[in-house]
Amino acid sequence: MIGSILIGILSSGIRLATPYLYASIGETFGQLSGVLNLGVDGIMLMGAYAAFFTVVKTGNLALGLMAAMVTGALLGLLMAFISVTMKAEQGISGIGLYLFGLGMSELLFKKTLGAVQTVNGFPALHIPGLSRIPVLGQIFFQHNLLVYIAFALVPLAWFVLNKTPFGLRLRAVGQNPQAADSLGINVNRMRYGTVILGGLLSGVAGASLSIALLNVFQQNLTNGMGFIAVALVYFGGWRPRGLLIGALLFSMVNALQLWVQVRGINIPSDFALMMPYVITILVLAAMAKRRVHAPAALNVPFERGES
Amino acid sequence: MNQRKLWDLLPRFTPILAVLLALLVGAIMLIALGTNPWIAYEALFVGAFGSTNALADTIVKATPLLFVGLGICIAFRGGVLNIGGEGQLVAGAVAATAVALAVPTLPGWLIILVSLFAGMLAGGIWGGLAGFLKAQFHVNEILSTIMLNYIAVFGMNYLLRGPMMDPLQAKLGSFIPQTARLPRAADLPRLIPTRLHLGAAIAVVLAVAVYILLWRTTIGFRIRTVGKNMRAALGAGINVKGYMVLSLLLAGALAGLGGAVEVLGLHHRMFTDGSAFGFTGSAGFNGIVAALFGQLHPIGTIPASFLLGALLTGANKMQRVVQIPSALFGALNGLIVLLVVGSEIIRRRQARRIDREPKAVKMASKVKDE
Repeated sequence: MIGSILIGILSSGIRLATPYLYASIGETFGQLSGVLNLGVDGIMLMGAYAAFFTVVKTGNLALGLMAAMVTGALLGLLMAFISVTMKAEQGISGIGLYLFGLGMSELLFKKTLGAVQTVNGFPALHIPGLSRIPVLGQIFFQHNLLVYIAFALVPLAWFVLNKTPFGLRLRAVGQNPQAADSLGINVNRMRYGTVILGGLLSGVAGASLSIALLNVFQQNLTNGMGFIAVALVYFGGWRPRGLLIGALLFSMVNALQLWVQVRGINIPSDFALMMPYVITILVLAAMAKRRVHAPAALNVPFERGES
Repeated sequence: MNQRKLWDLLPRFTPILAVLLALLVGAIMLIALGTNPWIAYEALFVGAFGSTNALADTIVKATPLLFVGLGICIAFRGGVLNIGGEGQLVAGAVAATAVALAVPTLPGWLIILVSLFAGMLAGGIWGGLAGFLKAQFHVNEILSTIMLNYIAVFGMNYLLRGPMMDPLQAKLGSFIPQTARLPRAADLPRLIPTRLHLGAAIAVVLAVAVYILLWRTTIGFRIRTVGKNMRAALGAGINVKGYMVLSLLLAGALAGLGGAVEVLGLHHRMFTDGSAFGFTGSAGFNGIVAALFGQLHPIGTIPASFLLGALLTGANKMQRVVQIPSALFGALNGLIVLLVVGSEIIRRRQARRIDREPKAVKMASKVKDE
């Protein structure tokens, strides 16, 4: 009995890590290049809407995912234009992007779909063989495609960031854009690229909610997940492994909360819900001692010829 | 020469231009959604200014924006970003409610005073905590204020579903998460027979006070120095960390007071829908928009809040008349922020050019990036 409950919670915890992983991996690339995109939540909402709308109208999941990616990339482009070309204060423009996505997704949803409805999202894919393993199979290998891809992105991101020339150049741009520029790296192009990639992945994060995990859309569907994804990047110390730990921390608590809610158990779960946020603050505070530092040029617009 | 003068004036008008541009984008979207923008905007205008009641509602809506916006002015001038308005509003409101309910037998004016003070204190602690974390542990205040928003909301949910819940709710078995109504003696006086309460006047007086603080006192000068040039401030022996904490503390205190005023002046009880939005209506975020729109000047933030309040109030009316969700104006608010911060670069370039001119007028004409 307790065993099956635990398996259920762990399995749903793994699933719920998906949106955090997509969004925070995307954000990591942007931040390593020196751009803080605080508008992730707004992009996620727009991505979730775009995917949901497309699937309602066409029934085609691949098309829905594509719609979310395009929407996310376009909003990433907007953010890149404002923070790289117009050199705006990134924290504030991110809030602008968030408010825009929040309002726009609600407006479009109400005008184009209106009533709450569900779609048939990505089905669970049982990995042949592995999913038959008792306990582990149920926890790890009976999820939908977007969940597997999210977890596969963690080592992939690690490899790209640490083992490729691109990763090295990316860090250079974030740590010392002037030096990178003098070495012939196009700082602004790099930043545009990573912020657009971040937007695209945030769009996928939104889609993972609306057409794979929850299969519904409603106003403010993400409920601030995008902000948490940004915090996870700091929490994880700009390393994919750290992101994974942080994402699982939040998703496991979410899963636990969901389970308690479904059972209608009346315990003050607010403190459990509060915990990940408290822990995040504590971890961020502890990082000062661990000497984990943000990219030196994070949140600093690049101007040629200034140092 | 004339052209040059116009160009120099442009930055002063960017917020207005941003709003006009946002309304234009809104009009295009309305057309795309099959609605006549004239009719929609007329409904918006009438809904915001059309009657005494509408005007009063606009001011009531603008009041929390002004409180939060004033705090944002201090924080941003002090070089710290306060995204924690939502949590600070909630913390202030919960504290004010708890205090007002605890001392129902005191004279009304005294309940109001201690209750407002409690709200200010709670908000100040909530903001100051982010400042402390930044000063002592280098925790990015953007992140900590966001985290503190959530912590405040969960704390509020716990209190309103538990210890602070209206005893009547438990008796009736309905368990709506709200407190009892505050003692009527603690209602903020109404200014005219509408929903307009004293809170708006308090906010305006505070706007002047914040202006005096920032531009007419040593403390304000130091706050602004830290914000403008931290190295210079360090060199001048200013306690930079202390002033960062102070900026966030004051920002939080103003937002907290705003939350308390919302309770005492408008709702007369605390309630939750599970998120911050139910109580704040996103005033914590929209206050940032108001402050930016007021060019981070406390006096400028007064008309800016009024205008945003009008947009939000009018949007509700418009929703009823042309069935366009008021979320449109949430989106347009976001667009205004993007346009305002995106156009800052024009002002900065000008400032730089003006700096250079006295040195060598010749150089100014050569500056490439004009």
